[in-house]
Amino acid sequence: MMSLYTRRIWINRIGITLSMLAMSLGLIALLWILWTLFSRGFAALSWDLFTQDTPSPGTEGGGLRNAIVGSGLILFFSMLISTPIGILAGIYLAEYGRVSRFASFTRFMTDIMLSAPSIVIGLFVYALFVVTTGGFSGWAGSLALALIAIPVVVRTTENMLKLVPTSLREAAFAVGAPRWQVSLKVTLRAVKSGVVTGVLLAMARITGETAPLLFTALNNQFFSTNMSEPMGNLPVVIFQFALSPYDNWVNLAWGGALLIALLVLAVNIGVRIVFRNKVKR
Amino acid sequence: MPDQVMPPDENIALQVRNLDFFYGDFKGLNNVNLDVANKKVTAFIGPSGCGKSTLLRTFNRMYDLYPGQRAEGQIIFHGKNLLDKSQDVNLVRAKIGMVFQKPTPFPMTIYENIAFGVRLYERMSKSAMDDRVEWALNKAALWGEVKDKLQQNGLSLSGGQQQRLCIARAVAVKPDIVLLDEPTSALDPISTAKIEELINELKSEYTIAIVTHNMQQAARVSDFTAFMYLGELIEFNETGTIFMQPVKKQTEDYITGRFG
Repeated sequence: MMSLYTRRIWINRIGITLSMLAMSLGLIALLWILWTLFSRGFAALSWDLFTQDTPSPGTEGGGLRNAIVGSGLILFFSMLISTPIGILAGIYLAEYGRVSRFASFTRFMTDIMLSAPSIVIGLFVYALFVVTTGGFSGWAGSLALALIAIPVVVRTTENMLKLVPTSLREAAFAVGAPRWQVSLKVTLRAVKSGVVTGVLLAMARITGETAPLLFTALNNQFFSTNMSEPMGNLPVVIFQFALSPYDNWVNLAWGGALLIALLVLAVNIGVRIVFRNKVKR
Repeated sequence: MPDQVMPPDENIALQVRNLDFFYGDFKGLNNVNLDVANKKVTAFIGPSGCGKSTLLRTFNRMYDLYPGQRAEGQIIFHGKNLLDKSQDVNLVRAKIGMVFQKPTPFPMTIYENIAFGVRLYERMSKSAMDDRVEWALNKAALWGEVKDKLQQNGLSLSGGQQQRLCIARAVAVKPDIVLLDEPTSALDPISTAKIEELINELKSEYTIAIVTHNMQQAARVSDFTAFMYLGELIEFNETGTIFMQPVKKQTEDYITGRFG
């Protein structure tokens, strides 16, 4: 009796130790990454980072202004494309096509898109858009990132709408509202914060995407706001600068990496705060 | 009798004829026939699963939202069969309002909760809409409590107030009939009393059909009572008769609490 009990205590101790070990392994890796990123990134942070453009190889100074503005523009337009498409498709899946075969097919394709390697999407946009329009451009970059963001927005919108109680939906129908009004004015409004969360998380997801931009927006050493031309952007600049032999470039790459990490972190934390307040109410 | 149009009778709001209802293969209602009297309160009682809510949900074709559910037979409303495929369901629902068991305010302001349904079918000025909102909230005996906070979210009200808001919302579109599906089962006794009082006032202008689990409530608020069991209408008569001298043994057993 007693020995069985002590045995159980020991098995419990071993189990807890193993899981703590596994957890600390993961945590150490994460903290290491963050530590390196912050220590090297902060060293590179300066006012010049935001006011100067990327320097020529082998020169000193310079910043990331063109890449920051380019990334901002590409991100802005990709969200402008993907948000309405994603939300409307999510509404279709949740409100219109719960049981239709076309909806199941769409849902299946969305899941595939969610896990599609981003380089494949970059290649797709390259073949269809870059080649036909005759050159790399900011638009192509926005398009590629939008294709990655759309399935994320579709899925979160659909999942949020599925949480709306049937009674609320029926109540909206009961006053004689047609389905589109029920969807846009009642059920979507009921899950507004959840859908906004999905959109922001989709943005965080595409902020650091590099592969699709290599084939589409390419890069631009100079400051440009022309979306029809190749455009500088943080991920590709980091990719190029980090692999270069120039200390100045490597330094700037760390600065850019820190900027992206901070943006993603800010979005994630912001989403949590917004969501926590909503849940409490 | 396919598509036979009944002679309109001013004292009858709804004529239910040979109504069958199916959840897929399961038959939820079996050959129900009854007349819902105009500007009276008709109560539907019976044990859980007897089909009383199902019957109520055929009156505004709420079942249409769910593929696999269908009704056969006739429900005559203003001389036309509600169940006809050609019938515009949204128009039906604007004329036959519904209030549910759980209060379901829309996620918008109190004012917008009322105006939402009105705007669907009427175009009116801001001041006319203000009047309509006040009128509807007065009808639901809620105006005094919310007149200073019309721009607050409907969800900020108490449960009983939310339910009266839902009644105001149903009344605001000026329907002929208001369906109440266990409207007080989620409310405390004081809120329940207020809703029952409200039903008494509303019946001078609207036909009311109410499903309730509470037999005292049926006895208090209704003029007619229908007792249902296993998808069939067992007995339908004036409320006093049903509760004092029921004809069928099943009815008597149910109202005296011997089964259910």
